[in-house]
Amino acid sequence: MTSDIETRVPSTGHLERPVIHQTSLLRQSLAITRRNLIHIKRMPEMLMDVTIQPVMFVALFAYVFGGSIAVSAAEGYREWLLAGIMAQTIAFASFIVAVGLTADIDKGIVDRMRSLPIRTSAILVGRSMSSLIHSSIGIVVMSLTGLVIGWRLRGSFLEALGGYALLLLWGFAMIWLGILVGSALRSVEAVQGVMFTTIFPLTFLSNAFAPTENMGTVLRFLAEWNPISSLVQAVRELWGNTGPAPADAALPLQHPVIATLVWVTLLTAVFAPLSIRTFVRRTQQ
Amino acid sequence: MTATQPFGEPASGPAIEAVDLVKHFGETVAVDGVSFSVPAGSVLGMLGPNGAGKTTTVRMMTTLTTPTSGTGRVAGHDIVREPDAVRRAMGLTGQAATVDELLTGRENLRLIGALYGLDRATIRRQSDDLLERFSLTDAGGRVVKTYSGGMRRRLDLAVSLIATPPVLFLDEPTTGLDPRSRVELWEVLRELVDDGTTLLLTTQYLEEADQLADTIVVVDKGRIIAEGTPLQLKDASGKAALVVTVSRAEDLGAAEAMLRGISEEVHVDHSARSITAPAEGLGDVTRAAALFEGSEIELDDLGLQRPSLDDVFLHLTGHRAEEPTDTDDLEEASA
Repeated sequence: MTSDIETRVPSTGHLERPVIHQTSLLRQSLAITRRNLIHIKRMPEMLMDVTIQPVMFVALFAYVFGGSIAVSAAEGYREWLLAGIMAQTIAFASFIVAVGLTADIDKGIVDRMRSLPIRTSAILVGRSMSSLIHSSIGIVVMSLTGLVIGWRLRGSFLEALGGYALLLLWGFAMIWLGILVGSALRSVEAVQGVMFTTIFPLTFLSNAFAPTENMGTVLRFLAEWNPISSLVQAVRELWGNTGPAPADAALPLQHPVIATLVWVTLLTAVFAPLSIRTFVRRTQQ
Repeated sequence: MTATQPFGEPASGPAIEAVDLVKHFGETVAVDGVSFSVPAGSVLGMLGPNGAGKTTTVRMMTTLTTPTSGTGRVAGHDIVREPDAVRRAMGLTGQAATVDELLTGRENLRLIGALYGLDRATIRRQSDDLLERFSLTDAGGRVVKTYSGGMRRRLDLAVSLIATPPVLFLDEPTTGLDPRSRVELWEVLRELVDDGTTLLLTTQYLEEADQLADTIVVVDKGRIIAEGTPLQLKDASGKAALVVTVSRAEDLGAAEAMLRGISEEVHVDHSARSITAPAEGLGDVTRAAALFEGSEIELDDLGLQRPSLDDVFLHLTGHRAEEPTDTDDLEEASA
């Protein structure tokens, strides 16, 4: 992908100066993605947030709380639960992006990269790609765990694929939130604090773990308009893990796939410009 | 992209040039009209305490932050209008060692090499060469986490050199290093300069600027308060002293009498068998040497003691630099 424009930096001494090729944004981003993936290889415990943690949630909800949560789905709570935990896992893509970005800014890695002849956006694209891969590992682990506890894909192949595609799209929207939080906060500890105290309640205040029908009026209203609920309902329907939402459910749950696409578009439209502006401001000081 | 025109030889001129650089952060004025010029192949030392504006100046010159006003050129390219060309022509080693702890030394070099757009073969060749030069060949395959502070610093510098940039910016390159690692790094930097690299380094260590720089600018509160060669700066504070050490203590009196012919204020230190007198410069040393040549007095040493850069800083700013060094600068003329 090297363009034919090759440049030789003017030499002032007798040193041989190597040829610098102009590279594409994609190639720059891939080099950074690769570096981030080496991190996972060197510190596999980084993957705990998308492996051990959600598996524990599956065990906890399927076997401890599951007995007392009544769902209308024919296949039972365990099958119904899985899409909820996957949505929670993918919502944490924002957390993964934010932690990685803050660490890189804090350690001066971002400055070093910005001093190189690359596009600054490659830093963000590379970070986003590795975070999506990170989250996808979680989705694979969840699928395998699901198969063990009796979860099945009951829709068509295309519908199954559609469910996974929606999860990834959601991850894409979450990346912008991650860039915003990662650029705005000054330390990894602050990012962890903010993300845990916002993402967890947000994913619990939804249909991810318990049906919204049994919630109080206000709570039910909030939960059904929670964007996560649209995603969870859409994925469940596409995978054949639940029937349509009850007739009295809020509008987004009646058309969950469309609602999810709208939410992803809206979240991206709001967070993308905001996050890029915050990143540029933070790094250009 | 606009940066597609071939980079020809820049118009002959300084390798680094700053023209009236100003940087405001809100109400704070970090840099307040800094200008300097570094000829190709030479070293500019930027000396000043914490918060003097050194790092901000380097950040502007390396395109990391945009000047509020003023401009600069690196290898002939404008830092505001041609940031991409500037980035191709320079390497930067920031204040903290910005190498990736979870990557090996080699992987760090490969990442930055790939981002510069070097091809694989070049990256491998350059990495081998740099690792050897910085005594890191054996550590190249190890994760940086296991490196010592000095090794990290050397790798950091090696990474900045992967594309052999003609201009190098070093922001406090030896901060936090033990004296031995510091001296080793100085040697590497001298080699780079011998190879034709132009260097701008910031430092709080007066000794470091003295050791490496051809020209020193002293910065304080965002302004350059003095500029010159290390020698000129020391002369400017005007406190050079002639120091004579006699071999036999009983000669002290006679030697003192002889030196009174050169200067009024003579100070005798009996325990060190030495006599100190204010001196104008090397001329006084020559005169003293001639006097003693024709006498019976045997000397151990005769030389000119110049003020340390720390004295210079105190003289210029009225306060001391952050971390004064305790070295004395003795420039000796053999008697």
